[in-house]
Amino acid sequence: MDTRKTVHMGMLVALAMILSFIESQIPAFVAIPGIKVGLANIAVIFALYRFGFREALAVSVIRVVLSSLLFGSVLSMVYSLAGALISLIGMTLLLRTAFFGTMGVSVAGALLHNLGQTAVAWIILGNRAVVYYLPFLLISAVAGGIVTGLAASFLIRYTDGGSEDGQRKHQV
Amino acid sequence: MTMDSKGNGSRKKLLRDIILIVAVLSAGVVLLIVTGSRGKAGSCAVVMVRNNETARYSLSTDGIYTINGGTNTIEIKDGKVRMTEAECPNHLCVRQGWISFSGQSIVCLPNELSVTITGADDAADFIL
Repeated sequence: MDTRKTVHMGMLVALAMILSFIESQIPAFVAIPGIKVGLANIAVIFALYRFGFREALAVSVIRVVLSSLLFGSVLSMVYSLAGALISLIGMTLLLRTAFFGTMGVSVAGALLHNLGQTAVAWIILGNRAVVYYLPFLLISAVAGGIVTGLAASFLIRYTDGGSEDGQRKHQV
Repeated sequence: MTMDSKGNGSRKKLLRDIILIVAVLSAGVVLLIVTGSRGKAGSCAVVMVRNNETARYSLSTDGIYTINGGTNTIEIKDGKVRMTEAECPNHLCVRQGWISFSGQSIVCLPNELSVTITGADDAADFIL
């Protein structure tokens, strides 16, 4: 990994952390756990499009671990990691197929994130009642996915060497 | 502005994006109707901690109960239940307010507990 890339990766992790922090300061506007915009996903999507799966994974995992230690708990880390991993894997596969645009990939990622977290909550709580939240999680995933998808789309397009086709034409 | 700078393929992708969004939204609304239609008043509040039932309170008796060894407090009033106090960072469970229908629940993830309402016919057995 060259110095240039190391710097960019560090900046992306920092960006993801800041977005996590901003999000943690926004009071939950709906009193349902798991409803949030997922701002940090902007940095992850950018890393995925610009660098690739391994780099996005690094940004995502480091972000989750650090922000859980700072703003959350060990338990919230388990939930976040489950959601982040399933979301990233899904987004990577969708990006490879080139079927959806940035917004579609982002919405699908948000959706998988919520489904992953619901599954973990189901396992940990052993309570089917979490399924009751599913419709709200689906709808909020769409809203959050559109916002982060558009933001990431602009970021990819208006930074040097932008390509939304998933091809890494240039290093940033 | 999003579409102008894109080529034909991107426009196709945007269309697929929108189809995905509409599909997920419809699924959400359908699920909402399916789960919401089960709006039968419940009769019992069941407290579960880590998948074990630790307490069960009748909704017909008003009262304030401390649960899970003091981490949370619930209040039952007029056939409804709410979380009044919780030792957790975000208090989402407290903000959720009152629930009264069979199958509804308040989940407090940090304390790994949930309060679920069941009816006489155990209508909480909602399977997706």
